[in-house]
Amino acid sequence: MDTKPRIRLFGVLLKAALLLMLFNFAFLAIKGVPLGRLSLYNSIFPGRERFPFGESRESYNLSLFDVDAMFASHVLNGTDKAQDEYRVLLIGDSSVWGTLLEPEQTLAGQLNATPISACGKTVRAYNLGYPTISLTKDLMLLDQAKSYDPDLVIWLTTLEAFPKEKQFSSPIIANNAERVRQLIHKYGLAADPHDPELVEPSKWSQTFLSQRRALADLVRLQIYGALWASTGIDQVYPRDYEHAQIDLEASRDFHGLTTLQNNLALDVLDAGMSTAPNMLLVNEPMLVSDGANSDIRYNFFYPRWAYDEYRSMLAQHAQEKNWEYLDLWDLVPAQEFTNSAIHLTPAGETLLADRIATAIQGTCK
Amino acid sequence: MGLLEIAVSVAAALLVGALARGTWRTILLLILSVLAVYWFQPVIPLRSFDFWLPSLTLAFVILTWLVTSNAGAWRLRQNLYALLLIVGMATVVALSRYFLPKPILTATTPPSFLQYLFLVLILAAFILLLFLFSRRRQSQIITFVIVLLIVVLVILKTPALSQQASIFFRTLANRSADGALATDLRWLGFSYIAFRLIHVLRDRQTGRLPELALSEFATYVVFFPSLAAGPIDRAERFAGDLRREFRLGQDETLSAGRRLVIGLFKKFVIADALALIALNDALAIQVRSTFWMWAVTYAYAFQIYFDFSGYTDIAIGTAQLAGVKLPENFAAPYLKPNLAQFWNSWHITLTQWIRSYFFNPFNRWLRGFRSMPPWTMLLLGQLSTMLLIGLWHGVTINFVLWGLWHGFGLFVQNRWSDFAKRRFNVTDKRKQTALKLGGIFLTFNFVALGWVFFALTGPGLSWMVFRKLFNLL
Repeated sequence: MDTKPRIRLFGVLLKAALLLMLFNFAFLAIKGVPLGRLSLYNSIFPGRERFPFGESRESYNLSLFDVDAMFASHVLNGTDKAQDEYRVLLIGDSSVWGTLLEPEQTLAGQLNATPISACGKTVRAYNLGYPTISLTKDLMLLDQAKSYDPDLVIWLTTLEAFPKEKQFSSPIIANNAERVRQLIHKYGLAADPHDPELVEPSKWSQTFLSQRRALADLVRLQIYGALWASTGIDQVYPRDYEHAQIDLEASRDFHGLTTLQNNLALDVLDAGMSTAPNMLLVNEPMLVSDGANSDIRYNFFYPRWAYDEYRSMLAQHAQEKNWEYLDLWDLVPAQEFTNSAIHLTPAGETLLADRIATAIQGTCK
Repeated sequence: MGLLEIAVSVAAALLVGALARGTWRTILLLILSVLAVYWFQPVIPLRSFDFWLPSLTLAFVILTWLVTSNAGAWRLRQNLYALLLIVGMATVVALSRYFLPKPILTATTPPSFLQYLFLVLILAAFILLLFLFSRRRQSQIITFVIVLLIVVLVILKTPALSQQASIFFRTLANRSADGALATDLRWLGFSYIAFRLIHVLRDRQTGRLPELALSEFATYVVFFPSLAAGPIDRAERFAGDLRREFRLGQDETLSAGRRLVIGLFKKFVIADALALIALNDALAIQVRSTFWMWAVTYAYAFQIYFDFSGYTDIAIGTAQLAGVKLPENFAAPYLKPNLAQFWNSWHITLTQWIRSYFFNPFNRWLRGFRSMPPWTMLLLGQLSTMLLIGLWHGVTINFVLWGLWHGFGLFVQNRWSDFAKRRFNVTDKRKQTALKLGGIFLTFNFVALGWVFFALTGPGLSWMVFRKLFNLL
């Protein structure tokens, strides 16, 4: 006699639907759990030399909005600070991250290649650059990075990161509304915590079904760890690319502003500079064009009036705040830029690294 | 096939299984399959070819049925209706450019009706001519159709010929030939369709083919669950399923559902995840260490298995909902202790097809050479069979090397088995288990190393991978 219990199709479907609903909303209940911290990096796979960022499959990398996951995949997260380590964190945009540069060609890579000492310890630099330009994005990463016990934080920035209207336009900021609100509260920033650019997640958008893309990204990031470990590649290096613009438009426009006064997010800069006891602010090198209309603009990003005003404003502000400040705006010759007015060639990075190395040696407190 | 195509296929099969009875089931499956021939065809850079290639598939189906059917079968009402249905469906798809705001049934807008009419008339005349000849010289016409199918298959599978074909069609359409690529002629499922048709044609020549109605035959060849990735069923078995009374019940639904869930998981979770790290041309160059070279090679071995067997599960599950029990294509191939068993459990329906229509006749022919030693016969048989399987995947040096790798592998394994059987008699259970595990390990690694040829586009890259795998760089 067949004693196998008979399975009812309707029952199976009903149970499946109920379990799915239950799981979906149970996921909502654990929304505070930082799943991003679960990582195969720094254990099975070596930590990444720079944050995950990439838009194509060939880069063996991807962009995601989970800051915990970004840090968890970084080599910084898996490196215990040695007694003789002078830990230097580099914060900034794509020029620090190293677009078109291999990890060892970036500023951090070049600083680590040549042994430098500071305060009797060996300098070890970590690349915490991320390829979008916004002071708030830098502050968000700085705020998390400070828990890694840095001896020195070097913050490389440029005018494009300063306009108030640009602060939340980067996707990583827009999709981290809660983190941004915490920053606003913690550092007393002037920004609107309910700025429409910040993506406000609804209850439904926090369920498992809505979060499947983010979760899949998290899994993909772990899978890409195997490719990072096996190839050391974390971005596409095209043989040919469009070089930074030398001949410029005859435009004086800079984000529609007529003056920089009251239009720059200096409060965010102040907040960032207060995060660690030993900070060095750097106005990063940019391409100074000698092509068409270079009397009006320095490069694609900046009209001369705005950049000159910014430089003088930043120098004055740094002096008033008694910050360590380096203005390296014209350090690198035009031919040492790649596909943007702020992306350096390996030789350009060497020039920068030499200056920064000297500065690091002088910042021992 | 993406998730949308799979979801629609499953829903369609479910409806057919639940609602259609008797001949209506066959008719509905035929309609759905004809639509799927057009809908599944991906967009290709040659204008309107995403309409013409599926139409040619249907033309081959009609031609093959006409030349293999018994005398007078075409006059039977059910066959005339089926013919009208197939041509009618193709015409509806062609006319859809006039009533659909944007293409839904095809990847791009179908050609103008006049163009359609013109080419349909030419195809009809060609088919009619062959059909009339076949009444008197059936065997010769069948051979001609087989050769025609093989020629098309060779053109599609040979990159240089495929590119030339693309150049020819571009020139014919007054377009620049500059952008012509070997991948331009991506004819969905043609490898499987051609093998189904050749099976029917050969079985008719040898008198083994039972009479099939056009509706049964056409549904068999372009059955939508197995259109894109097999399995390669047998016509008489398939027709038997169509003729059987079927009512979709709870048990069938649950069993099919289980198969579908397993298939979807294998394909879209495991295989797609492994695809990110599986061996390819770029990784062959980029991977820096022996350990990781093995890792990406193994990743490819598992990716290709989960991808293909996942699709097979989906096809079997979907077909089951419509009352068709497609044959199995995989039986835990990586757990087999020798290469012969591996090939009995990997892409089973293709292996069986090759065995029936190539290996057995070829071996019978070889036996005619009485002076040839048995081992030479075995070597030739296995090498040529595996070479053919390799060439079925593509006429490239790497597929040839892959075929030879397995041909030699099978030969060596056969000789070793013979030798070991005579020399060793292992009775101890533990030793037997150890030998079996050792066999599984060796077989899997042999197959995995063979994938190095299969996954890459050139022998130079494969050689580089082998050197990295064995730390010889």
